[in-house]
This record gives sequence, structure tokens and C-alpha cells, in this order.
Amino acid sequence: MSVLPLLVALPFLAIPLVALGLRARPGAAPLPALLPLGLFLALLSLPLGAAFTSERIPSLGLETSFRLDGLSRLMALLITGIGAGIFLYASAYLKGHPALHRFLAVLTLFMGAMLGAVLADDLFSLFVFWELTSLASFMLIGFDHERAAARKAAQQGLMVTVAGGLAMLAGFLLLAAAAGTTRISLILAQAESISAHPFAPWIVLLVAGGCFAKSAQWPLHFWLPNAMAAPAPVSAYLHSATMVKLGVYLLARFNPAFQEMVLWQGLLTGAGGLTMLTGALLALRERDLKRKLAWSTVVALGTLVTLIGLEEPLAATAAVVFLLVHALYKASLFLISGIVDKKAGTRDALVLRGLARAMPLTAAAAALAGLSMAGAPGFIGAFAKDLLFTVQLGVPGLLPAIALVVNAAMVVVAGVVAARPFMGRPMEADREVKEPPLAMLAPPMLLALLGLVFGLMPGLISAALIEPAAGTILGRPTGVALGEKQGDELVLLLSFAALGLGVVMYLGWSRLQPRLAGQEWLDRYGPDSAYGEVLRAVSRTAVAVTRRVQSGSLRRYLALSLLIVFGGAGLVLVLAGGLAIPWRAAPVRVEQVLLVLLIAGGAAAAALMRALFAQVMGAALVGFGAGLLFLTLGAPDLAFTQFTVEVIAVVLLVAILARLPFRALDARRANERRNDALLAGLVGAVGVAVMFAMLSVPFDARIPEWMGQAAVPEAKGRNVVNVVIVDFRALDTLGEIAVLLIAALAAAALLAKRAGRKQP
Amino acid sequence: MKESLILRSSARYVLWTSLAVSLFILLRGHNEPGGGFIGGLVGALGFVFHALALGQGATRRVLRLDPLAWAGIGLLAAALAGLPALLHHGEPFLTQQWLAGTPIGTALLFDVGVYLVVVGFALAFVLPFLEE
Repeated sequence: MSVLPLLVALPFLAIPLVALGLRARPGAAPLPALLPLGLFLALLSLPLGAAFTSERIPSLGLETSFRLDGLSRLMALLITGIGAGIFLYASAYLKGHPALHRFLAVLTLFMGAMLGAVLADDLFSLFVFWELTSLASFMLIGFDHERAAARKAAQQGLMVTVAGGLAMLAGFLLLAAAAGTTRISLILAQAESISAHPFAPWIVLLVAGGCFAKSAQWPLHFWLPNAMAAPAPVSAYLHSATMVKLGVYLLARFNPAFQEMVLWQGLLTGAGGLTMLTGALLALRERDLKRKLAWSTVVALGTLVTLIGLEEPLAATAAVVFLLVHALYKASLFLISGIVDKKAGTRDALVLRGLARAMPLTAAAAALAGLSMAGAPGFIGAFAKDLLFTVQLGVPGLLPAIALVVNAAMVVVAGVVAARPFMGRPMEADREVKEPPLAMLAPPMLLALLGLVFGLMPGLISAALIEPAAGTILGRPTGVALGEKQGDELVLLLSFAALGLGVVMYLGWSRLQPRLAGQEWLDRYGPDSAYGEVLRAVSRTAVAVTRRVQSGSLRRYLALSLLIVFGGAGLVLVLAGGLAIPWRAAPVRVEQVLLVLLIAGGAAAAALMRALFAQVMGAALVGFGAGLLFLTLGAPDLAFTQFTVEVIAVVLLVAILARLPFRALDARRANERRNDALLAGLVGAVGVAVMFAMLSVPFDARIPEWMGQAAVPEAKGRNVVNVVIVDFRALDTLGEIAVLLIAALAAAALLAKRAGRKQP
Repeated sequence: MKESLILRSSARYVLWTSLAVSLFILLRGHNEPGGGFIGGLVGALGFVFHALALGQGATRRVLRLDPLAWAGIGLLAAALAGLPALLHHGEPFLTQQWLAGTPIGTALLFDVGVYLVVVGFALAFVLPFLEE
């Protein structure tokens, strides 16, 4: 028994504890941070290659599998390690918030879902955890649910990522069909036959679509900046360091299977390149710190997707290093933007000035993170940048030029977010600006420091973290060690050019930004407005359809429903040649003939009488007559049930009739009565035809015979009907009573409204 | 209908009698005609009669819980009846088990669940239509 499923289960088990415990004792808010910390340490001690499989439905190939390899360990360490910092930060950031317990509980749910997604080794577990992260993200973006913008952003994020998730599910189904297994490690082991399979192009398109939606690739990038409506720890955790990387993770996971395909390479480098450019342009245009960081996250995600799409073996190492670097500095900067927002009261980069004097430690953390982001020498960001340039220079085409521009833009973002707010003369604030509490300061400081530590001592992570992960992406060892001199003088030149261009653009940014912001067409024709158009079109269509179909007349609804159900059944019966008359020689007794006459009389009375009360009695006659008929046919249980149901129905109908205001006779016009009579005739005729068709099917006498013989020895009951209900077909019964309960719930909701009671 | 003195004074006795009968029907169901479905309907009839005579408020007080809650308890009981099979022999869900040599077993719990769902279902539909 492996410890992996336990690691995934722990966060889920902790959710009620966090929610209820913190509601009772809000002061214990820092404690949940121990959970990710413990998981982090446990993951560090686990050997690579640990695996676990538990079969669910073997005949369908359904199972639950987990596996720890280099890539999933890197992701899991990021999720738990950064998670510990986020939990601690959030406990101080939302201190005193009435819904703090809910926030941390959902954050715990999210962490469990993320761990499950990166450790899952079968397609369907992965899918379930994947969608769970979307749901948690929805709840966290919309945490401030009284603000319309937060609700809209939460809905947008959910729609985009879940729509992508559905595409991915379709891709997974094709993949499972092509590979003959749902276990990811087994799928990747037969990479060559998969990429040659006729389904392969569809699998690539669908799976990549899901990943693109999750990782905000062009043209689905627009939801990510809007998700900045979430509190700062959410932006740092979900929307920069972990969840948005899930799409990148999955592309990396499947890279060994598809890396030879031209479609895969073209799709990833194309979408990634466009995403980088779009993100860089819009990042320069933005003045809100968090949204600016969000656009730069879009750039980073585009870079990662591009790297995975490249054939160059070094690209895998570059992707892994950049993923780690970005997670460290971006989470740190998001947390710092939260501190600035909270302490200075604004996130406007054009307003913020001179905070360093009041909050020197925060400024220092920001500087460390910003330097890593800009790729300054000595920081791990420098390795990432050199690797990026080395890889991109090796690719023919526009990529080196794109890389230069994009990297310069990142230098600008680093400067505007990490340096500009802290430099210069102090701005005028409506409050006293001071350092945040330790719980908020320590996480970004630690993350930023790690960027320097790893930069100075790359040996710490090179063989232990980077190489196993890069090897997983490539499908074979890379043979690259971090810190070795990569690339040549051209790379160095390009690196300095990007830095220089970035500094120049940074100095001119306060003049550049208003110009870019003036370009309104960027808002008007972007995919964000297209998304709004689609939503409005859906609403308009729904309104038009409703107007046409919903007349508001109950009789019309009933007539339409009956016509469609019975007309459809009749049509099928005729077309499929199911019309038949079962002739069976059976002795008919006198009392049965009399009962049939009684039933017919009741039916005629119900149809012909004019008073509602008399009609109810006529219908009751049909029911009681049927009950008696069951009795003569040797079905006492059925007769018993029929009688009881009939009594309840009659009592209920009479009680309603006594209460309702209408006592008048039938008010239908002659042609309406004729149409109703025709419809009733159709329903009756189809009912009889269906019954005849069923009776014409040859009867398999072995089933009741077996049930009769097995009832006493197998189920210890002599009443076969009851034995069937509670034992032989108990699962059916369970389903039926569940349906009864659901119907009663729906009825309770409708009846409560009718009675004018307060809606729950 | 509340005006009838006979109806009002007999309602309580009718209710308890029909409940007793319904339980009898429920319990004998495994060997003779009867069972949770029919028993539940007969029990519901007793409550409907009670509500007709004394108003649905009085009936709800006798029930103590909302009919929907009774139905929910019933569904839970029926589902729980399926679990011992998993724990005991690793047999499929809802394979009924018996206490050695007695007719008491999970099938009975299951049928009680059916009974409660039927009572709750019928009353959830009927009670709102009856007078307060």
C-alpha cells in the first residue's frame, strides 16, 4: 500500500476540520498552514517512482492510479511549498473577515484537487481532480460575492475552463480508445503507436484545447486578468503559481507521446507565441499592479507552452527551470501587491510612490523578486533567461525577435511592479503606511530569497528537481546540468539587449502607458467582448424560444406533452412494425367479464359526465375495478397497492375540489372538446397498442420459475413479489425510492410557492 | 369537513389503528401479501384521514418531522442496508444479510426505508392541499 493516496486524501479529510474549527475559533487561522507544510516534507522524503493502483470497474478499464515521477514531484512540491506560505499569508490578509473559515476550507479543497491532478496516473482521476480545481477557482474568484465584478469574473473563469475541460474529456475518451488503457504511464509507454493512430490529430486538438483554456492561452487568455477580482493570496496561488500551470503540466505530461507530430509542435508554438505577444502588449498597457502581473503571467504561460512545443531537447530543461523560477517570483510579487494594496490603499502603478521608507522589508522582498524576474545575474531567473534565449535562437523564424521584445516587456513589468512603487518621494496616503505583520511578510520574502539561493547554488536543485522533471517531459534523460555554461556570446548579447531595451522602456513607461491605454479598439474587438456577445446571444435565443413555446396555458402544455409522448411512441411502434395482437387461449371467468364492464362503465362516466365530482368518481371506478381484476388474476399484492393508491387519490382529489374556487361546468368550446377527445383517443389507442406489443413478446417462463424456487432459500421469504422488491432487485428499488424523494422535493418547492410561503 | 364531531373525535384512533395495521403489513410482507410499499401507503392514509379531520397542522405536530425529512431518513436507511454486504464478505452492494437463523436482517431495514419514503412522499404531496 503506497502512501500516495493518503497524501491526496488528507486535504479532503481536513476540509470539515478547517471549516468548522475556524468558525468556532477564528484565532487558529494560521494553523491550517501546517497541512501543506507537512505534505511538503512528506513529498520530499518519498522516492521517485512510487505508484498506486486500485481497480474500480475493471470491465470498463476504470481505476484510480497515482504515480510520483520527476514532473509530478516538482509540481506537488510547488503546490504544497508555496501553499504553506499562501495559507499563512491568507490567515493574516483576511484576519477578521467573517468568511475566513470558508476561504481557507475552499483553499484546502483546491490544494487537494491540485495534488490529485498532478499525482493522478489515470485519465479519469486526472479529469475529476482537474474539474475540481476549476470549481474551487470559481468559489475563490467569487469569494467577494457581493461585488458584481467578482461574480462575473468567477463565472467567466468557470465557463472558459470547464468548456475546455469538456473538450479535454472528449480527447481523453479518444485517447483511452486509441491506447486501450486509461493508465497514463502505459499510454506514454506506447508513444509511437499513439501518434500514428488515426485519432491522434483529434486527441491533440481536444486535449490541447482543454490545456489552453486552463493555462490562458490565446485566444482563451482573457479570463485570467479578470480573475484578479480574487483576494491576493488566491491570485498568487491559483492564478500564477499552480492552477494555471496545470495546462502546461498536462501538455508536458503528454509531450513524450506527441512530440514528433507536426500538429503538436505547430499548435503549441503558434498559440504560445501569440499568447506571449498579446500578454506583453497588454501588460505594458495596464496600470493596476495585479492585472499587470496577471498579463505577465499570461506571457509566462505562453513561453512555457512554446518551449514544450519545441523539438530541441534543451527546451525541456528550459521549461522546467522557467516554471520553477516563475512560480517563485510571481507568487512573491502577487503577495507583495496584496501588501501594497492593503497598506497604501491603491494598486495604481502611476500613483504609488516612495513606499520603501515606510516598508523597507517589503521593498527588499520586492526587489529580490523583481531582479529574479528581470533575469539579473546571480538570480535563478538569469539561468532561465539564458536557457530561453539559447533554445529560441536555435529556432528559425520570428521566435528570437519575439523573445527579445517579450523579455524587454517583462523587465518593464518587473520594474513597474517591484521597483517603481517603492522609489522616489513618499506619496500622499490617506492612512499611515507601515510594514505588514510577519505572517504576511515572511512568505513573499522567503519565496524571493529562494530565487537568490537557487541562483547562487544551482547544485541544490539541478540533479534533484530539474533533471528528473525535464527527463519526464522529454521521455529520456536530458544530460543537462543547471549552472553549466549554456549558449554562446550571441545569447549573452541578446540577454543584455533585452535588459537594456527593457530599462529604456521602463524609464519611458509613464508616458507610454497612457498612449497604449488610449487604444480602445483593443478592448472593443478582443475575445473578452466576444465572450460577452456570445453570452448575450444565448440569452436572446432563450428568450425567443421561451416566448414561442411557453404560452402559459396549462391545457396547452398538457396537450403538447401527451401528443409528443404518445404520438412519438405510436409512430415508433408503427414504423418499427411493432403492431401485434396477442392471441392466447386462456379461460375467462364470469366475474372477470363483469369487472371489465365495470371498468368500461367508469371510464365512460369519467369521459361523459359534466360535473368534476362525478368525473373523479368515474375515474375511481376504473381504479377500483382494476384492483379487483388483479385479485381475480392471483396478484394480491398488486391489488392491495392499487386499492390504497386509489383511496389516497380520491381523497386528495376531493379535498382539492372542495378547496378550489371553480365549481362551474366545463367551459370548453365545441371544437376544443373535439380536439381533446381526439387526443384522448390517441393516448388510449397507443396505450393499448403498446400493451399488446408487450404481451406479444414471447414470455420467458424460466425467470419467474427461478424466482419462485430461489425466494425461500436465497432470500428467506415466501412472498416472491416482496423478495423481488427488497432483495433480488433491491438496487432498482433504491433507485425508485430515490426518484420518489426527488419528486417530493420538487413538489414541495412548487407547492410552497403556491401557498405563498417564504422561499428558502 | 372539520365540522363533523364524529370525524374529529375518531381521527386520533383511526390514525393509530391504521399505523398499527400498516406496520403489521410491513412486517408480514416478506411471507404474505404486504411489504414496505403497501404498508407505507396504508400508513399515509391514516395520516391523511387525521389531517382531513383535524387540519394539517395537527398532523404535522404528530409527525414531528417534515414528511420530506421522514422520506430522507427512509432513503438513508435503505442505502445503509446495502453496506454490511460490502464489509462482511466483499459481496456486491445490497446483497442482503441475515442474523444467523433469524428472519431479521438488512432486508427488513431496507423495507422499513421503503416504508418511510412512501409515507413521506405521499404526505409531502397531500398535506399542502389540506386545510390548516
